Parts: sequence; structure tokens; C-alpha cells
Amino acid sequence: MSIGKSVKRVDGYEKVTGRARYTDDFFEGKFLIAKVLHSTVANGWVKSIDTSVAEKLPGVVKIATCMDVPDIEFPTAGHPWSTDPNHQDVADRKMLNRRVRLYGDDIAAVIAEDEVIAKRALALIKVEYEEYKPFVTVEEAMSDDATQLHEAFPKNILKHTAYELGNFEEACKEEGLKFFEGKYETQTVQHCHIENPISYAYMEKGRIVVVSSTQIPHICRRVIGQALGLPWGKIRVIKPYIGGGFGNKQEVLYEPLNAYLTTLVGGRCVKLELSREETFVSTRVRHAMTFYLKTAVRADGRLVARKIEGYSNQGGYASHGHALIANSTNGFRHLYQEEKALKSDVYTVFTNISSGGAMRAYGIPQMIFACESHMEDIANGLKIDPIELRKKNMMKLGYIDPLSGIECHSNGLAECIEKGKVAFAWDEKRAAFVNQTGPIRKGIGMAIFSYKTGVYPVSLETAACRIVLNQDGSVQLQLGATEIGQGADTVFTQMAAEIIGLQVEDVHIISTQDTDITPFDTGAYASRQSYVSGMALRKTAEEFKGKILAYAHEMYKHPIYMMDIVAGNIVKKETGKIIATVGNVAEEAFYSLTHSVHITAEATNQCKSNAFSFGACFAEVEVDIPVGKVKVLRIMNIHDSGIILNPQLAEAQVHGGMSMALGFGLSEQLLFDSKTGKPLNDNFLDYKIPTMLDTPELEAGFVETFEVTGPFGNKSLGEPPTIPAAPALRNAIFNATGIAINKSPIMPEQLVSKFKENGLI
Amino acid sequence: MTKQIKCTVNGNLVEVFVDVRESLADMLRNKLYLTSIKKGCEVGECGACTVLIDGTSFDSCIFLAIWAEGKEIRTVEGLLGPNGELSTVQQAFIDEAAIQCGFCTPGIIMSATEIIESGTKPTRNELRRLLSGHLCRCTGYQNIINAVEKSL
Amino acid sequence: MYDIKEIYEAMSVAQAVELLSAHPEAKIIAGGSDVLIKIREGKMAGCELVSIFGINELKGIKIEADGTIVIGPVTSFSSITKDSIIQKFIPVLGAAVDQVGGPQIRNIGTIGGNISNGVTSADSASTLFALNAKLEITGPSGTRKLPIQDYYQGPGKVDLKTGELLTAIRIEQSNYEGFGGHYIKYAMRNAMDIATLACVATVKLNASKNAIEEMHLALGVAGPIPMRCPITEEAVKGKKIDAALFDLVGKTVLTEVNPRTSWRASKEFRLQLVEELSKRALKQAIIFAGGALHD
Repeated sequence: MSIGKSVKRVDGYEKVTGRARYTDDFFEGKFLIAKVLHSTVANGWVKSIDTSVAEKLPGVVKIATCMDVPDIEFPTAGHPWSTDPNHQDVADRKMLNRRVRLYGDDIAAVIAEDEVIAKRALALIKVEYEEYKPFVTVEEAMSDDATQLHEAFPKNILKHTAYELGNFEEACKEEGLKFFEGKYETQTVQHCHIENPISYAYMEKGRIVVVSSTQIPHICRRVIGQALGLPWGKIRVIKPYIGGGFGNKQEVLYEPLNAYLTTLVGGRCVKLELSREETFVSTRVRHAMTFYLKTAVRADGRLVARKIEGYSNQGGYASHGHALIANSTNGFRHLYQEEKALKSDVYTVFTNISSGGAMRAYGIPQMIFACESHMEDIANGLKIDPIELRKKNMMKLGYIDPLSGIECHSNGLAECIEKGKVAFAWDEKRAAFVNQTGPIRKGIGMAIFSYKTGVYPVSLETAACRIVLNQDGSVQLQLGATEIGQGADTVFTQMAAEIIGLQVEDVHIISTQDTDITPFDTGAYASRQSYVSGMALRKTAEEFKGKILAYAHEMYKHPIYMMDIVAGNIVKKETGKIIATVGNVAEEAFYSLTHSVHITAEATNQCKSNAFSFGACFAEVEVDIPVGKVKVLRIMNIHDSGIILNPQLAEAQVHGGMSMALGFGLSEQLLFDSKTGKPLNDNFLDYKIPTMLDTPELEAGFVETFEVTGPFGNKSLGEPPTIPAAPALRNAIFNATGIAINKSPIMPEQLVSKFKENGLI
Repeated sequence: MTKQIKCTVNGNLVEVFVDVRESLADMLRNKLYLTSIKKGCEVGECGACTVLIDGTSFDSCIFLAIWAEGKEIRTVEGLLGPNGELSTVQQAFIDEAAIQCGFCTPGIIMSATEIIESGTKPTRNELRRLLSGHLCRCTGYQNIINAVEKSL
Repeated sequence: MYDIKEIYEAMSVAQAVELLSAHPEAKIIAGGSDVLIKIREGKMAGCELVSIFGINELKGIKIEADGTIVIGPVTSFSSITKDSIIQKFIPVLGAAVDQVGGPQIRNIGTIGGNISNGVTSADSASTLFALNAKLEITGPSGTRKLPIQDYYQGPGKVDLKTGELLTAIRIEQSNYEGFGGHYIKYAMRNAMDIATLACVATVKLNASKNAIEEMHLALGVAGPIPMRCPITEEAVKGKKIDAALFDLVGKTVLTEVNPRTSWRASKEFRLQLVEELSKRALKQAIIFAGGALHD
């Protein structure tokens, strides 16, 4: 049995020896270098573009501009395609664009013999712009004097959705209610995977091959086809090992442009690698969101009615668009159930900053920062223990979401909270930290969350798997689901071994996805793969096992239903006695002179379920008031992600999410000049992701429940760890200083200014 | 503008013609096919291209190839034993689940190798400081520090 | 690959002067952790370079007969921190340069480069200001010496004429003997960062270790270039070590700084740091100088 064991990573050896091949490691032969020319205005129009001088530079092979790319607008989001036009992603950009919507928009591309020539050529291209006043905030974008960025979207509103459950106004009329209101803001952050987006494109037999660092090879193929106006089968996408993605590579970024560029040079191989600066600005970011929350609550802490109004800063292009804040407001509805009414109003608004896309936990960290800060404010106002307030109102087992129909089949949230409470000696510390004075003060805080698993029923959930028998009884395992660092390959290997009855070493997973060969899957996002693709694997493995046993029955005549496969052996169920090895069966199946058959299995899983996972974060901090420094003394995430498939890798996932959340909470923000829209800190020196010295010891805990809809009792884990830490830290700082900060990141300058305002300095 | 460079790479004397504009990272990747050297920022901020030069860690992206003349350079490829045996710290990275996407891994292993070979016994906090020139976005560093600490 | 027009490698100071004179447009590259980044950014793309990285006579630290400590400008930050002379006589400098970037940057970055790029946030600069460092510049017409304050002509601009290079950083005994010093780098991160504010205090106490005999207070990012705080230094002379002293330092130093507002930090925030960090640096420096705090 391998599920639930800390099996070591199947790609570990390759990765510690430098032998794991990433996109940049594929080509040793001659290739051309492409570089993109980015706009130096944030809002405007390319009036003219003069490439004549650049073209004469020796070593320049070709220059493409926004004046001559195919006139096709295409969507870039890594969503499953929808055959319903009303549910398709917004197609609002060409490969290169004349209408400039952000500082760093793509307006031309140079193909050259080497990178120095390519960069020199970029500098020689002359661009004339018609400039409009840029706007970087949602307020400016919705005002009357903002120019409209996209023809189809008046007032720059990409989408506005609203719902009301019960009657909010009526519910607020109940006597004796207390009301709490707050404005909560989150900032723009970036994924910061260490490998920048990179692709190679070349042509083979009249088709375009793109090798790319992507989370979503099959979607990438479709979007390249759409962008170039080519049948999708003319495109082949290969995904090798990738150096992190976190949602940024759940977007088709520059692959279509590179596919187009290779067609301009007779199919010669073209490499298009982004710099770190380009990655920060011209790929995708996490949406900055602002929420206005209003809550009516009884004195005993029971929530009666809630209202959420939210604004999401989309940046220049629609990308994943309104799906993000829609997810935020759905998540707001899920975590707590008020007694009478919930009202929601959310907007996604175009601005002239970097485009918001998918990023780990898809709109939930922003909402949870608002929601959990707000809950803390309510607890503080009512003088109720924040944990008790949460427990009184949070989602319980059996909950059915009235809008999506998703049912809560497993719920370990209360146990998660309890675990944290005990580990942190919550009651003792809360008591000890009352009435502190002096420049250094300590505090403790917590926050909780719920999260879905996959995208059903909003979008299609489909996945396929293939298992192929080798002559020695080992198998190849192939999925369209992708390894992006999270450990998918290892967990899939465990699943196949578990179901078929093989040793882990006898399952050979093919890590590379190649759309010509690999079964279809939409890819790594929404914490879906171990749940959705895992079920496809389970179905395939069961079918495969049946075929092995059927052949074993032909050979050994023992009834099929009385045989099993255990650790690579065919055994009699009644005694456990070994009849043969799977290798014996395989050899006969391949080479039998009477019945030769090559045993394979392939199955599709269309998933029509979803599952809520849960968790809590506890944090203890020390605040140095005169200089506004926060030191995290202790931090712990506790998760209910159902059955844990590989405890060691699961814990590692939690660490990584917590680290990203520390940055979101305390130090990271991508800034844009308010007058020009120019990015201010598009590099690792000025954009502050935590270093080792900024990261405390990270503690992870699990509460295992059994999720009946998951293939192994499991539910989402990849994204959830990045959700709760920011508000837990905010609440700990509140506990330490009495100052409630409603804007992330909580950096020293903001703290010092608030401390001064409130007389602490 | 090429220049012939003589240096030792992973124990072998090599003579390479380099473009004087090349970084050591370019030379190691493109001329010697040592693909463990990863480029994450090209300005010495991420540490993914770290190699040891005469036993000391450097970001090879901001080290000119011509400066490698006469130096002894080591990369992760040089840590393996003759039969592909992993070094202690490489094995520890696997055992402690210190790897996720793996892109920062070779660079961190080289800094760790420098620390381990120094024969000192840094505390966990000192380790954090000694490894602070590496960014990792997957692991929160927790298991990396565990792996290096275990290898001391 | 960097967009470099030509690179000339000097192996001696004499050769460097020759090359710099022959190629007046050429920029000096030492460790390259600053120059190569500017080339990549495009600010210096296509430039000519004279590499002084290979000049061994510019590396290392020695102490002269009169106690003057001489630091070769091509000495890396990590070599300075590890150096026994620095550890014994001016540990504050070793500690300051140990806060530059991260370990790999400290292995390549040089102290000469750090001050010659003329930025106010340079981790070595404020400490060298506090130590009254004198710089030796060598050029076609020989050698000249000047105080580090005079080297800085403005942000990003230092006093190097055509054909000249920095060849030594000299710290006289009177500026370190008997002093305790402490450097505080205030940044958003604990590694891989540049200072939001940098503050260093070196202090010499009276014989009974209860009053200030002499204090040197220097700041980075409190103005366009690193600076000393002469009014504050004068004000604390002979003052007893007590709470009033630190209040005096905090208040006085505010009268002589002029930080600016940028996207990195506002003037108001930097002023708060100036006040608080000056006190904290002095407190620690007093302890290192053998004094005690009683408040």
C-alpha cells in the first residue's frame, strides 16, 4: 500500500543532479532569439512604428509588429474551452497590439541571431504613440474622464455580478443588532516562480511545435490554434519540467507569438525567453481587490446578515477576468452561514496596470484577508473570543451551497482550530498579552478558510489517463495532468501502485506532456489534479488491473474474483498464496503464440462533484513599534484536505503556501507610478519576496477526514496553504498593538504611520 | 571578440573559446552543457546560477567568463560519485522533501556544499544567513534548511 | 551575454592607468555586481570596460607602522569581514559590509566599487564616513589623497578624472583606536536588500566609561549621498550616558538630515528611522566601547 506513505519524489534524483531538463535545457543546436518590444506608455495607441533602422542591423532576421500580426483577437486564460459562447473567455488581444493598455504591452518582436543583437534592435525601433492619461486604480478607471480601454466594455467594467440570499435590508431591521462595517484592501502581487516563462517554437512536417514552460499544455495548444487561426491539430505542445508556475503559467502568455514567429522564419527554431522584469510586468499578477463589508450580528455573536461589495483591479486585459472576484464572493458565502441574508455586489474593472490572472488560491486570499480581518473586528467589538465567534458561524458538515449545490461531505475545520489553539496555548497567551506597554509588544492571532477542489460546476472538469504494460510487468503511466513542482508525478505513481497492486518502483510515470501523445487533461490549477485526474487514474488503473487478472485467469484458471495483485504478484485471495508475478503474465501476454495481447487501459473522468477543504492559521508576532517591524515568532497552518496522500510532500506544500502568504501579508507589492503607470519595482531586489532570513520556522499540521467524492478520500491541498496566514498575522498585530490594519501588505511604513496616528509613537 | 580560457571544471581541465561578453553561466550552459546552472534573474538576486569558484560560491550570471581563467569551478554535475552516487547533501534534499519545482535546487546545493566542506557547524539561524542568497518560491525554505542541517 | 563593446583587462595599477588614459570613455569594472547589471539594464549597454578584477595589488588589507589600516579597493566584502585586522580593530566595518546583499554578492562585490558608484545606500559608505576614511586615487599624474566626503560629488558621481582609479582606502589609528562602533541597516528584508536607512555610530568614552568623549555619527539614505552629523556629534561631547543623551541625539540629528520621499519610503518615515536608529546605534556602540546603559 503506498497511499498515505511519504514516498520520495520520483523526480528527486534528476532534480538534485541538474539532469532534470527544463525548457531551456532542450536545445543544444542552432536557434534564433526573439525579444519583445514593450510599450513605454501605459495608455495609448501606436500611431506608427519604424523598424527600418533595426532591420538593417546585421544579425537581425525578422521583425514583426502590431501593424502586421494576424487580425485575430484571442483569449489567454487557462480555462477549459466552453462550447457555449456566453461562457467563453473574453478575446481581447492580438499577439501584438496597437491599442496599448499597460506599460509593457507587446507591440513588436525581433528575431535575431543572438540576444545582444536582438536587444540592440529593440532599441532601434522607433515608435510614435498617441497618449492618453493612464489610470491605475479602479476608482479612476470607473470615473467619467477615464478613456475606455476595450470597445465592448463601457466605463471599463469587465463584469458586474450580484446576488442576494434572503433580504438584507429586512434582516437588518431586527431589534438589538450590532453593525460592523469595514473597508479592506489587498495589493497587486506576482507569482515569482524562479523560472521565467520560456518557449521554443519550430516547424515539423508543416505543423508548429512549441516546447514551453506551461501548466496547461492541452489548453496551450488550443489557444495557439485560436490565435493563429489554425486548426488545433496543426499545433503540438510539449511541456518538460517547469520551474514553478503558481497560476501564472495557467495562462497562455507568449506561446502564440512564438508560434507565429517561427512561421515567419521558415520554421526555424526560435527561443523566446522572458526576463525577470518582463515576467513581473507583462505576464500576470494577483488582482488587487477592495472589499466593503457590512455585517449585522447579535450580541451573542450570531451573524444575521452580511453584505459584500468588491472591486477587482483587472489591469489591461481580461485574462481570467471576473472569475476571480466571483470566486471570492462565493468563498465568502461558503465560509460562514449567516442566519438570514447575504448580499453580494462585485465588479471587475480594467485599468492600465499589469493584467490580473490566476494565482494560487484564485481570489480567496484577498477575500479571506477582508473577511477574517472583519471577523476579528467584530469579535473585538463584541468582546467575544475570536475563535468562539468563528465556531458559532462557520460552515458545518452537511452544508449545501444554495447557489452551486456543492455539498460539504467532510469537515475537519473545528478540529483544525482546536489543534492550533492547543499548540499555541491560545487562552493563556491572549490573557498574557492584554495591556502591554513599551516599544516591543507581542500578539497572537488566527484566521480560517474554506476552499473548493477543482472548478465544477462553474466549468468543465475532465481528465484522462493511460496505463501501458511492459514485458516485465512494470507499467508506464501517462496523464495530461502536469507536474509543476507540487509533487503530482509522485502522488500519481503512488495511486497507480495502490490500485493495480504494484511496487512504486514498477510504475514509470512519464513526466513530459506532449499533446500528440499524452491523454487529454486541462492541467495544473484549482488544486484539481489529485481529485479530478486522480479519479481518472483510479478508473484507468482498475480497468487495467481487471485486464491483467483476466489474462492471469487464462493462464492459471483460478477464478478472477478470487485473485488479487499484491506488490507485483498475482495472489489467491483466499490464502494470499502467490500464483505468479505480474511479469510472468506480461511476458506471456506479449509473446504468447496463441493469444498475444498488449495490455493497456485508458479512461476519461468527467468530474461532476466538488469538495470543500478547510484550514486555520495561527501566528504569534513581536512588534517593534518605533520602527514598525514585525517579527513572526511562530506560525502554523492546520489543514483538512481529506486523506493525505503523501504526508511529507503535503507538508512541503503547506510550507510553500505559507511562505507565499507571509510575503502577501507583510512585504510584497508590485507598484505602479500613479501618473505614468510605469512599474516601479519589477525585480527581485525591489519586490520583496521573503528570503530565508525573513522566514520563520514553518509548522504544518493536518486533520484527516474522508472525502467521499475524492478518489482516495482526498480533496484540495495545493492552493489552500497560501490563504490564511495574512489575516492571521494582521490579527496578531492587532492583538499586540490594538491597531487594526486593513490594507495588505502590512509593511513598516504603514505601521509607523498608524502608530503615530494613534499615539503609540 | 573571443578569447581562449583555461580552467578546471568539475575536476577536468578544459580549454574553451568564449565570447568576452559572456557570463560564466553562459559559458557553462552553452559551451559545456552544464544545464544545472539555472537563470532566474541574471542580476545576482536569485542565486539559481550559483557555482563554486576556488571553493567559494558565486552567482555565475554576473561573473564574466574571461575571469574564469585559471580557476577551479564546480557545479552540481561534479558532485556525483563515479557510479552516479549522490553526495550527502543531494541525498538529504531528496530524503527531506527539500525539492519541489527543482529550479533553485542545484544552486542551493552548491552553497550548501561550500558550507559543509568548510567543516563548521552553523546553527539553524546561521544556516539561514549563509543560504540567504538563494530565493525559493516553492518550499518556504523549511525543508531546505532541514536537509542542509542534516548534512553537516 | 552582455552588450559590451570591448573589455580591457588590467593586471597592475600602472596598466590600468594606461588603459584608462588610452580609452577615456571606458568604465572601470571591479567585481561587476553593479556594472554588469547596468549594462544589462541598458544604462551602460555597448560600453567599453577596463577590468581591474585581476589586479592583485588592489586586494587585501594591511596595517602600516603608524597604525593606519589600508584596504585595497578590490577586496571583496566577505574578505573584509573575515580579515583578522578588521576583526581586531574595526569590527564595525566588517559587520557593515556583511550586510550587503547575500553571501554570493559579498564574495564578488568590492568595497571600492561600493563607494565608487556614489550611491547613498552603500553599506560600507556610511561606516567609512564615520571612520574618516581617506582615499588614495592614482592617475597619470601620480597619486592624490582625499577624505571620503570629498570623493562624493553628488548622487552617482565621484571624483575620478580620466585615467584615474581608486587604489586605497586608508583609516588612521586615531579614528578607530578606543572607539566602539555599531552599524544598523534598516531594510524591508533581512537579506538581499538595500537600506531604507543606514546608520552608524562610533564612540569613544571617557576613562570612567560614563560619558561621551567623541562620537561619529553617519547616515546613509538620509540625504542624496552618505553624510556625517556634525551638529549632533558636537552636541554630545562630554555628555553623560543617560536617557537625556539619547533624546538629545534623536532630536538633534533630525535638524541635520534631509531624506527624500520616493516610492521606497516617505520622508516622514525615514525621519522616524533617523531619530530611532541613531539612538539605537549609539546605545550599542557605547556597549561596544565598554560603557553601560542604565535606563
